[in-house]
Amino acid sequence: MSRIPRTVWIVALLVAVVVTFFSPLASSHPDGLERVAEDQAFIDTAQDAPFEVVPDYVFPGIANEAVATIVAGVLGVLIVGGLGYGLGRLARGRHSAA
Amino acid sequence: MHIPDGFLNTATSAATWVAAAGGLAYGTRRLTAEIEEHQAPLLGVTAAFIFAAQMMNFTVAGGTSGHLLGGTLAAILLGPWAGMVVITAVLAVQALVFQDGGLLALGANVLNMAVVGVLVAGVTYRLLRKLLGERPWAQSAAAFGSAWLSVVIASLLAAVELGLSGASPWGLVLPAMLGVHALIGIGEGIITLAALALVRVARPDLLRISTPTAEQEAVS
Repeated sequence: MSRIPRTVWIVALLVAVVVTFFSPLASSHPDGLERVAEDQAFIDTAQDAPFEVVPDYVFPGIANEAVATIVAGVLGVLIVGGLGYGLGRLARGRHSAA
Repeated sequence: MHIPDGFLNTATSAATWVAAAGGLAYGTRRLTAEIEEHQAPLLGVTAAFIFAAQMMNFTVAGGTSGHLLGGTLAAILLGPWAGMVVITAVLAVQALVFQDGGLLALGANVLNMAVVGVLVAGVTYRLLRKLLGERPWAQSAAAFGSAWLSVVIASLLAAVELGLSGASPWGLVLPAMLGVHALIGIGEGIITLAALALVRVARPDLLRISTPTAEQEAVS
């Protein structure tokens, strides 16, 4: 494949960031597993996490929940994007070394 | 279908961690052997997009929602081995940073959605492409079919883990999980097609080049 210019990747990352701008519009209904757990009465066996960083995709300390959700989403996109890129570089580095 | 802590018993959690680790170890070895120079940014961008899309829950029926899992999109764009690693990265960040999916249950979630979800997607996509030949709609039909099946199989696996843990009787949990995810799988198919259409418009070379790679990787 021809080398893809860096600007294309930056634009693609921005598309992912823009998707998170719509996250406050997402359905707040329980998801498929939560629905089954509620219907079959084992939802209460769920345990809270031992620590909380950005629980439920709402960035703590921001009064406006829509804004807090978007901030959480942008943060997640950057962390996950960086991690994916880093793992790719790592795998490529080990490929060359092998 | 991110399983929280508390739903699974210790034996099931341990077994799924072992299976997920084994699958990931194999996938990582294959990725390391086959990855090409240009792929690292594609891994990052795909992971970022799938994370963002997973936040967009859509209503399916009766006050229930679903969201993209992204296994098929990852398998088609990156091949199954990189796809596995990328979905694992998404799930790990969701559990560690966003408290979505349990820490003890992370093994099960990685096994269901990253290892098995992506492998089922990759193999089904390849089979359907072969079956449908060069028809103009073949790629879309194959993507939709494998997206649907990968969600349903991941939910089947989750239901088996819940059944093994005694969370709910088999006769209830299996049909309920499969039924609701048969609907969510349709959403997975639609979003996967939309994302592929976007890629096709923006960078068709990405699909032309990476699709055969994904197909070859899925068999070997």
